Amino acid sequence: MVFDSFWVYLAASPLWWLTLTILVYLAAQKLFLKSGSIALLNPVAVSIVALIVLLELSRTSYDAYFAGAQFLHFLLGPATVALAVPLFRQMARLRAIWFPVTVSLAVGVLVGAFSAVAIGYALGLDRETLISLAPKSVTTPVAMGISEVLGGIPAMTAAFVVFTGITGAVIGLRILKAAGVTDESAVGIAMGVTAHGVGTARAFEAHPVSGAFAGLAMALAAFLTALLLPPVFEWMGWL
Amino acid sequence: MLNGIALLLFCQLCGEALVRLFGWPVPGPVIGMLLLFLWLRYRGRSSHDLDLTADGLLKYLALLFVPAGVGVMVYFDALGGTWLKLGVTLLASAVITLVVTGWTMQWLLRRQKSEYTDGL
Repeated sequence: MVFDSFWVYLAASPLWWLTLTILVYLAAQKLFLKSGSIALLNPVAVSIVALIVLLELSRTSYDAYFAGAQFLHFLLGPATVALAVPLFRQMARLRAIWFPVTVSLAVGVLVGAFSAVAIGYALGLDRETLISLAPKSVTTPVAMGISEVLGGIPAMTAAFVVFTGITGAVIGLRILKAAGVTDESAVGIAMGVTAHGVGTARAFEAHPVSGAFAGLAMALAAFLTALLLPPVFEWMGWL
Repeated sequence: MLNGIALLLFCQLCGEALVRLFGWPVPGPVIGMLLLFLWLRYRGRSSHDLDLTADGLLKYLALLFVPAGVGVMVYFDALGGTWLKLGVTLLASAVITLVVTGWTMQWLLRRQKSEYTDGL
């Protein structure tokens, strides 16, 4: 009985899920380092799975969870703005290689959208799902907006964005290494354009230069996708 | 640190305001990042306070994605029977995008470098 009323208090307080999110993440980070950095034990992926299990077990709704966790979520805004600082530190390098950066970004944005649509089409997914897949490489609010414009389902797109970000963070560095991509700025651009914010966070863990370029790639990919995707889809007769 | 936080929030606020004012299809913080970058370029240097705040926030950037990530639980039912096809599609697309972008960038970098050395 005492536990019941205690649980009722905790579950209603934003403090509980906020604290738990941070503790789960710290534990996941420790596990990741102890394992010798096994890619599949990516701290973000492990934290998300662990928290979903905890929420399902305690029959807590996502809304109730988010009432607490939103304080961390809120910090994504200022953290995104803060990406300008590492980018500014890379100014000299950026100025020297602006042409490769611009071309790679345009290539990455188009390949990201059309590879998903083509593979999904080959696997027999329906048209609405295919359209919802197209903007999955950009940050959630942009992706949902584009999905709506194209005639997809924004909520579905949001799930694809999250999955893509985590996938990119888990496999990205290993895939790039296997493909022989060694230049730190190239690693960053590929991570940012493929896996937006989550990929950028992972790129920062690999190298500060990779992180700076991933942040740049994420921001510019948001612009490019919003500008390019609707007209290209219309031109192809998809709308 | 307070100066740094104030500057970041102010840039975000300006970004959000511009996005709403002009109906741009990009998020406010991304415009905010652009504004801060332009401010740093104009000023020519960062400050110790801003460095401290930005580095502190970015060190834990990954943690900040956890609350949104847990949100996929809401879509489990909606994805229904197609989750395997979707998983394969998203995974394959991520691999292709990573490799093609990485190769393009590295190839262009090498080409540019050899152009410079050829000119010397």
